[in-house]
Amino acid sequence: MALEDSHVRRAAHLARLAVSDDQASDFVEDLSRILDMVDQLQGVNTDGVAPLAHPLDATQRLRADEVTETDQRDTFQRCAPAVENGLYLVPRVVE
Amino acid sequence: MQWETVIGLEVHVQLATHSKIFSGASTAFGAEPNSQACAVDLGLPGVLPVLNEQAVAMAVQFGLAVHADIPEVSVFDRKNYFYPDLPKGYQTSQMYHPIVGPGEVEITLDDDTTKQIRIHHAHLEEDAGKSLHEDFHGMTGIDLNRAGTPLLEIVSEPDMRSAKEAAAYLKAIHSIVTYLGISDGNMAEGSMRCDVNVSVRPKGQEAFGTRAEIKNVNSFRFVEKAIAFEVERQIELIEDGGKVIQETRLFDPERDETRSMRTKEEANDYRYFPCPDLLPVVLDQAYLDHLRSQLPELPAEKRERFQQALGLSAYDASVLSASRDMAEYFEEVHHVCGDVKQAANWVQGELSGALNRESLSIADSPVSAVQLGELVQRVLDDTINGKAAKQVFQALWHGEGASADAIIEAKGLKQVTDTGAIETMIDQVIADSPAQVAQYRDAEPEKRGKMIGYFVGQVMKASRGTANPQQVNGLLKDKLDALL
Repeated sequence: MALEDSHVRRAAHLARLAVSDDQASDFVEDLSRILDMVDQLQGVNTDGVAPLAHPLDATQRLRADEVTETDQRDTFQRCAPAVENGLYLVPRVVE
Repeated sequence: MQWETVIGLEVHVQLATHSKIFSGASTAFGAEPNSQACAVDLGLPGVLPVLNEQAVAMAVQFGLAVHADIPEVSVFDRKNYFYPDLPKGYQTSQMYHPIVGPGEVEITLDDDTTKQIRIHHAHLEEDAGKSLHEDFHGMTGIDLNRAGTPLLEIVSEPDMRSAKEAAAYLKAIHSIVTYLGISDGNMAEGSMRCDVNVSVRPKGQEAFGTRAEIKNVNSFRFVEKAIAFEVERQIELIEDGGKVIQETRLFDPERDETRSMRTKEEANDYRYFPCPDLLPVVLDQAYLDHLRSQLPELPAEKRERFQQALGLSAYDASVLSASRDMAEYFEEVHHVCGDVKQAANWVQGELSGALNRESLSIADSPVSAVQLGELVQRVLDDTINGKAAKQVFQALWHGEGASADAIIEAKGLKQVTDTGAIETMIDQVIADSPAQVAQYRDAEPEKRGKMIGYFVGQVMKASRGTANPQQVNGLLKDKLDALL
């Protein structure tokens, strides 16, 4: 499957990645080749094969419902660019 | 043109776990901002989520309560979008293999008819943080305490046909989750939030119309109001030759209207994919059987039993089973006093009235079920009359005594049933009311029945409300008629 420039730009926008024009055309080629390989896989007969949810053949371990974390706000907020009254400050979000 | 409304609800229920769905941070409400947001909740590099067993159990309990299929395997997916109160850049949710499959919920409508509403599925997911838009020097404040709180999103089929049915469905869900104790169901604190999908179609048409999704509908009353507004808007739009567009709208309770949220330049594209940090959740039959054996009696079963075994009317049964607290209170009063009808009347009448006046929930009632049961007992054994009983109730409510008996004793409310004592009071009242006696004598016989009320009132007053009203009535009639 051949990707177009607009596909790459849309994917980059959704992932909030800045992609230059040169990079975009490289990605069009690289990603198209990856999709070609996927197309090849599509040709394999998978009737009766259960979809794979996870590559590890294991199931999820559960933890007891207990509060084990303490308040480390000051430590965590040390790397935040702006905080006030215990809140993280970010550029204004308009609803 | 006759229109039909089609409604489906997505209800987010906050599960009452102590810790978050994927971390050991507390979920307690009202803590200092960000004091309960740990490294996992913040999405710091290198952290891994570990699933809370209680969140899984609660989701499954809900599924069992709505007779849903519980698949053996469920899988967590990432729903990707960028928003500052979602620190990881994705919400861990379940898209393709939810923990609860199709089920159904019975709703009861005003005319006591019932209807089955199908549940499409219910899935586990984490909540996001909160954005505070008050002015922080032109910036937005983020509190991530709520991030990672477990939610069960319950998605219905589009089976509801009116605002009333939608409200009844929401109430049914509320009562199931509170009976199970898997959520406090507090809508004001956001423990239950609701998105409503509404469309209209000409009556008789099979294909659904284009739907609008209304967000921010956070009370039973708002659900009805938001739908009523939206239905009218859509019908007017179509009848004026317009077209409903699929969009998200916000309900504004202050203006009582829905309005379009700014449509994003791009349609939502969440690029769901299985979360590589979490393995498939596998539930075996023994686990499901164990949880099933732990299920409490549910609202529909209780309602049924109240009607069949106790002989309550459909209406009384549905009011008294609406919440688990209400049902347990009623059953205790009944157990103590031994009379179903009286227990039902007192709980729905005097008690509910007093609770409503002071906006208290039944769990916070100043009068306990045992106290009320003992009070009703004293009415049943004729120790006090109905009027005195209301006085005793008020006294219990205001903490003026520990029990009905203590208050009856202290206030001298014991009913006077001694015929001689009542006759003495009657003679006095008759002697004091020559004008009324004359009127009574001159009145048409069929009007006398009504006129006797004056005398009854006077005797009751003379007895400070303690005389047995039936006795007073009978004795008065005899004495007055003897004067004719």
